[in-house]
Amino acid sequence: MSNNFAISFEQLEELIGLVNQVHGFSFNGYTRASLKRRITRIMQLYNLSFFDLKALLINKQDFFEEFLTEITVNVTEMFRDPHFFSAVRKKVFPYLASYQRIKIWNAGCSSGEELYSFAIMLEEEDLYSRSFLYGTDINSKVLDFAKKGIYDLRKMKQNSENYQQAGASSSLSDYYTAVYDAASIQHRLKQNTLFSVHNLVSDGVFNEFQLISCRNVLIYFNAELQRKVIRLFYDSLCPLGFLCLGSKETLRGDELASRFRVVDQFENIYQKIA
Amino acid sequence: MLNLPLHTAAKVRGAGIMVIGASAGGFNLIFDLVLSLPATFPVPVIVIIHRNRRYQSAIEELLDQKAAVRVKMAAEKDTLNPGCVYFAPPDYHLLIEPDGTLSLDYSEPVWYCRPSIDVTFESASDVYARNAIGILLSGANEDGAEGLAYIENNHGLVIAQDPVDAEVKTMPQAAINKCRRCMVLSNEHLFQFVNQVALLHVK
Repeated sequence: MSNNFAISFEQLEELIGLVNQVHGFSFNGYTRASLKRRITRIMQLYNLSFFDLKALLINKQDFFEEFLTEITVNVTEMFRDPHFFSAVRKKVFPYLASYQRIKIWNAGCSSGEELYSFAIMLEEEDLYSRSFLYGTDINSKVLDFAKKGIYDLRKMKQNSENYQQAGASSSLSDYYTAVYDAASIQHRLKQNTLFSVHNLVSDGVFNEFQLISCRNVLIYFNAELQRKVIRLFYDSLCPLGFLCLGSKETLRGDELASRFRVVDQFENIYQKIA
Repeated sequence: MLNLPLHTAAKVRGAGIMVIGASAGGFNLIFDLVLSLPATFPVPVIVIIHRNRRYQSAIEELLDQKAAVRVKMAAEKDTLNPGCVYFAPPDYHLLIEPDGTLSLDYSEPVWYCRPSIDVTFESASDVYARNAIGILLSGANEDGAEGLAYIENNHGLVIAQDPVDAEVKTMPQAAINKCRRCMVLSNEHLFQFVNQVALLHVK
């Protein structure tokens, strides 16, 4: 990134304030270094000065959705971190099998790859028919992609490799239909899913879940917001429900840590016990 | 013996952070440089190497046992401390927050790399400006060169391994091409340089 588009941390604060005032959207709890990079990227992408960017945010209503899409990180894969998924299959699914209804919340689901990975595993363990998966994100544009469940066929190679490493029991291609250069997730895997806008910063509990997966989201939050979101997850889990975090996100040091049991310390899987 | 020009010595005295990037052909040199650091090394050190996320590695543990400084894999919210070397974890970009803590980022790879050296160089420069030292060693792509130029533009100190000494020249050569005032150091001088940082630095 060239220095030309770089903004200062002071300008970043100005922008955070502006977005909050004009759009009622708070990025206050977000880590600054990453946010600054994303904004610099937007300015580069659209060839905007800092002044242009502010003017667009104030005057052009539909620019904000684009801004939101670019500012949040929407990089994801199916079965990303295969070891995580095999750990869930081995250590968590046997518990889930004891529930009549299994409700799963994938918070920060982006374009839905992780949610469909869960759906596939549930299907393979004969749990899908009594499961319901909620995918939420702050960004309605990526949720549209998630609902469609249509992905670039080229990405399916990496996704298949991940799937195989995660302890596959068949072939990933059993779960999608290739159409030209796209892979369309099979209809039955979309049936028990719901994608909806939810902001971890400002929205609250909306259901009770047996499993919540929120991976590579907390890394973008400051310590205070992390505490708040972990409290929200705690309140949204049923007794003995599971919380899955990203490979670099832990509950260590959190005030609620003692209320969880560590199910897998490498994959950061926790169970609510108190 | 490496003789630092006056303005360079001044930058070394005021340094707040040292960031080292390396890829193909640079790992052994990085390890030896880390092992050469005294326990009281006056600034925090960040190391970015390109490594495959698929394979678990124990580099940090091994170095931590052998080195005088502390060596750890960087975790989000870690506070940067002198006398400690932080390795960027595989598959995440490593960023530095204005309050001197570390954060991780899972955005797009840069130059097909995550962690990217460019990303951490730029982030260090954003926070430390003229007090950042960037060092780029052997590697097979151009990751790091632009970040080093970014540090230079913010008046930090930039160093490239002499391509003659580098096992793979692409990366340091790209840095030399992109930076106007890049110090080009032989392997021997690189060791002397970090030694000088330890001696000259004003705490």
